[in-house]
Amino acid sequence: MSVLQALARAEAVAGGRAVPGATVLHRRLSARPLVLAVLTTAGEAGAPLGALVGTERDAPRLLVVPQPLDRDLRFAFFAELAGIMLPLLDAYGERTETEPATRNREESQLCSDALQIVVPNAATVEYVRLIGRSTRFLRTSDDPDAAYPVPAPLPLLGRWLTHYAERARTPGSSLLLAMTDLLARHWTTGQSTLEDQHLGALLGWIDPPPGTDGAAAAARAETGRTPDGLLVSPPAGPATDPRFDNRLLAPALARFDAARKAGSGVARAQAELRRLVESQLRPVWDDVWHGLDLLRALPEGAHVEERWKRDRWSFTGHHDRVKAGEPPQPRRDDAIAAAQKLAGRETAQARLSAQEALDDPLAMASRRLSGEAFSGVVRGVEEAFSEGRRPMPRPLVTVKTDDLPQAEPGARAFRAVPEARSAQPAELVSVDRDPEPGAGRDRNPDDGGADRSDAADGSGSTGASGGRSAAGRLVTVRLTGGMGNGRVPKEGSVPVPGDLVTFTFFEHEPRGGPSLPDPEATPWTHGGPPGAAAAVPEAPDPVTAEDHL
Amino acid sequence: MTSLPEARAGAEAPGTAPGTRPGTVFDPAAEAAKATAAILDSTLHGTARGVVVDSPPGAGKSTLVVRAARELAAAGESLMIVAQTNAQVDDLADRLATADPELPVGRLHGADSPPDPLLDRHESIAKSSSVAELRGRAVVLATAAKWAYVKDIEPWRHAIVDEAYQMRSDALLQVAGLFERALFVGDPGQLDPFSVVGADQWAGLSYDPSASAVVTLLAHNPGLPQHRLPVSWRLPASAAPLVSRAFYPYTPFRSGTGPGERRLAFGVRGDGGGPDRVLDEAAESGWGLLELPARHTPRTDPEAVRAVAAVVRRLLDRGGLTYSGADARPAPLTADRIAVGTAHRDQAAAVRAALAALGVPASVAGGVAVDTANRLQGREFDVTVVLHPLSGRPDATAFHLETGRLCVLASRHRHACVVVCRAGVADLLDEHPSSEPVQLGVTVKFPDGWEANHAVLAHLAEHRVAWRP
Repeated sequence: MSVLQALARAEAVAGGRAVPGATVLHRRLSARPLVLAVLTTAGEAGAPLGALVGTERDAPRLLVVPQPLDRDLRFAFFAELAGIMLPLLDAYGERTETEPATRNREESQLCSDALQIVVPNAATVEYVRLIGRSTRFLRTSDDPDAAYPVPAPLPLLGRWLTHYAERARTPGSSLLLAMTDLLARHWTTGQSTLEDQHLGALLGWIDPPPGTDGAAAAARAETGRTPDGLLVSPPAGPATDPRFDNRLLAPALARFDAARKAGSGVARAQAELRRLVESQLRPVWDDVWHGLDLLRALPEGAHVEERWKRDRWSFTGHHDRVKAGEPPQPRRDDAIAAAQKLAGRETAQARLSAQEALDDPLAMASRRLSGEAFSGVVRGVEEAFSEGRRPMPRPLVTVKTDDLPQAEPGARAFRAVPEARSAQPAELVSVDRDPEPGAGRDRNPDDGGADRSDAADGSGSTGASGGRSAAGRLVTVRLTGGMGNGRVPKEGSVPVPGDLVTFTFFEHEPRGGPSLPDPEATPWTHGGPPGAAAAVPEAPDPVTAEDHL
Repeated sequence: MTSLPEARAGAEAPGTAPGTRPGTVFDPAAEAAKATAAILDSTLHGTARGVVVDSPPGAGKSTLVVRAARELAAAGESLMIVAQTNAQVDDLADRLATADPELPVGRLHGADSPPDPLLDRHESIAKSSSVAELRGRAVVLATAAKWAYVKDIEPWRHAIVDEAYQMRSDALLQVAGLFERALFVGDPGQLDPFSVVGADQWAGLSYDPSASAVVTLLAHNPGLPQHRLPVSWRLPASAAPLVSRAFYPYTPFRSGTGPGERRLAFGVRGDGGGPDRVLDEAAESGWGLLELPARHTPRTDPEAVRAVAAVVRRLLDRGGLTYSGADARPAPLTADRIAVGTAHRDQAAAVRAALAALGVPASVAGGVAVDTANRLQGREFDVTVVLHPLSGRPDATAFHLETGRLCVLASRHRHACVVVCRAGVADLLDEHPSSEPVQLGVTVKFPDGWEANHAVLAHLAEHRVAWRP
């Protein structure tokens, strides 16, 4: 936890409600997201119980599996879900715009928007992945050899869900979002990050009902029960409340089974089950939309559009692969694919951290506190030139700052210049204590609270505190670019005394690394090309005594 | 057999290696030479595509790399060397050119990261950012990151991969197409490579891109010859047994020097204060623990940081003298032979500021090196002062428990190591047993950080100086 986050949590506890963790919205929120809340059956992996799904707040579609252990009913549920999602995905896939050619890419068609899916929590993202995995290899009635064919759209749904869940692992992507992650990114509550996984409790801290505070609202969401013993705020899925399972669901399922056996009253039993499942999902559905309302009040960060475009590329790519008749995603990544994904995500993470800091002063404050950036007022600018045949301007800029930059002289620094295409590069020259500290005497953030009591001990050497409590520092950097090609810097490219500037020690547009070899060229250290080693098929698990318990 | 060895058999006789017969004198130089000869034989005459060498701290890994490179070059083989950082590459190039001024060496570097100007003194080193200009050199060195950009070139016959345990599997994937056979050298006990994003989805796969290169290599090529360097030349006799037992329980190693051969003495007598007492203890025994009162503190615990700075100041003020062998002449302990190790960068920055306030130059040429474990890896000093990673913490996270972190901090010194720590770390450890999820297919790494921390703490407790600043 960063210092700033620890402070924010303490403030949230003291103030009784969550405090803002961001000044802008760091993810794209689509105008018409598809909200999906799912419940699963206790004790049976990948057996959905029901779902509320839709793009209209007032008109969710309720899907219920009246007997989750019946696979026909389960596949009917998936088919219904596919019937809702696939037309939407298709519609987004067909609306394209032309993306002009670049150095590395021919002119191509890019989907002008992509379907966004919002789920209540991170556990549901995992569940989406699980559904994708369990359906994408199923064989359909199109396949004459299939022993147990499933409805045709199921494997396609599985491929899309797999794609969304995989994309959700890329830092900063917005194709599949968990509401708890979104809210926890934009507000800081007075509870632990683990407790923030509970959507009801999280909303309780962020927007407590009138007359109560965050802690009380969160406690009520977590443990409050109605007179009939059910949770006021049922779990946001996919797990259900055990008391609901035992008291209401199990008898209702038994009645449904009995009705099916007897051949009468099935419709009534089914209607009862639908009512029960909806009673558990509706509060979650409302919570998700409540969260969307809260988030939409924030203005979108400047770089969000660019990241969303990458999501659109990802969506377009998958859409094209499906149309081209490519096979489903493999069970496991091969060595090259795994390395490629990891490298892509590391770049995405670096890009996200940089862009969030540039878009949001609160995010930048956190980086400044950790010494990765500094802000201050320009104290002086000294003209200087590079050596060589054609001297170029390399002005020295001295900034007075209360931050403590943690970098060695020679470190590369960057400054965002308004209306410039890329960040202005610079080089750290020196960090000195300000000989004439000005009025605005700020304590240094890294002192920590223990400092005062230490001083009271009186035994610490007095000199030691000199390096830490000085009011300000003078940081000198040498600008090394972004000033045009002339002997005189382009107008406005060099700050003037009095300007407020921020330099970062991280790059603003981190680029990916070198390309990886083709899968066919996988080296011997990594097992050679895929398929080469598969001459020996994987041995099935041996049968043990436990198999016959 | 005479009765004398039998009488001594119970106690650990000085000078005997574990597993050798009592009374047999362990000759570190002979043992090390034997291991080196076996490694060179595997590399030059073996049939396996890869050879793996595990090297404990200070066991002469760089010397081995230089020797293997020279012998391969002498045999007329073309050789590329892969290291992990620019500093490591520069250091290897410098050693190689010093050892053999006739050898044509190529230093391949990035356009933005020119090599250390120190290399300019060697005429045999050609420097370029383009591999085509260096293809004719007998040995070409670069970082793994730079090699990854080299494409479409005829593969080298041989490669040496240095610090292979700190190299990530995906980095090896990028460069492995450039060579036919390779010698992988590294220290398995140091910090594992890591990724800033989650890589759990590949855990258990033999080619998990976030795993160490050696783990992947051995998973796919289980029959490769594996060697081990048996002697640490850096660690003194007071440190090698502890480091070996705590961090290399199944691959023990020995110190190259015997008890009492490495000594540290002070010209000025102690003033009785905590820092002086702990320095006397460390000079006497090789270890010292300066224990501050228990307290939960911010990461940059001001009291502990000041204590670290005070220890370094006294270390310099008291005119330390180091003796490297039984009859060696003493060398003065200067600032550049001292290091301060921390877990976090902000702690290092706080220590630097505290040292500056005491007038001690830190992290400048000729000054005391103050850095995190990650950046002290592979370096060597006479005396180290360590701010314990768990000092003052309310919790013990996987980061702070990582075996490699403590191992790096506890194995940089030739003479003595002083640890500054708040009391109560043993209790903290007991309250936080490791709780990392167990992943199917992942080889459990021994020792566990929790256990290693306890082992080191138990040893340090015998050299404890309690101090209330």
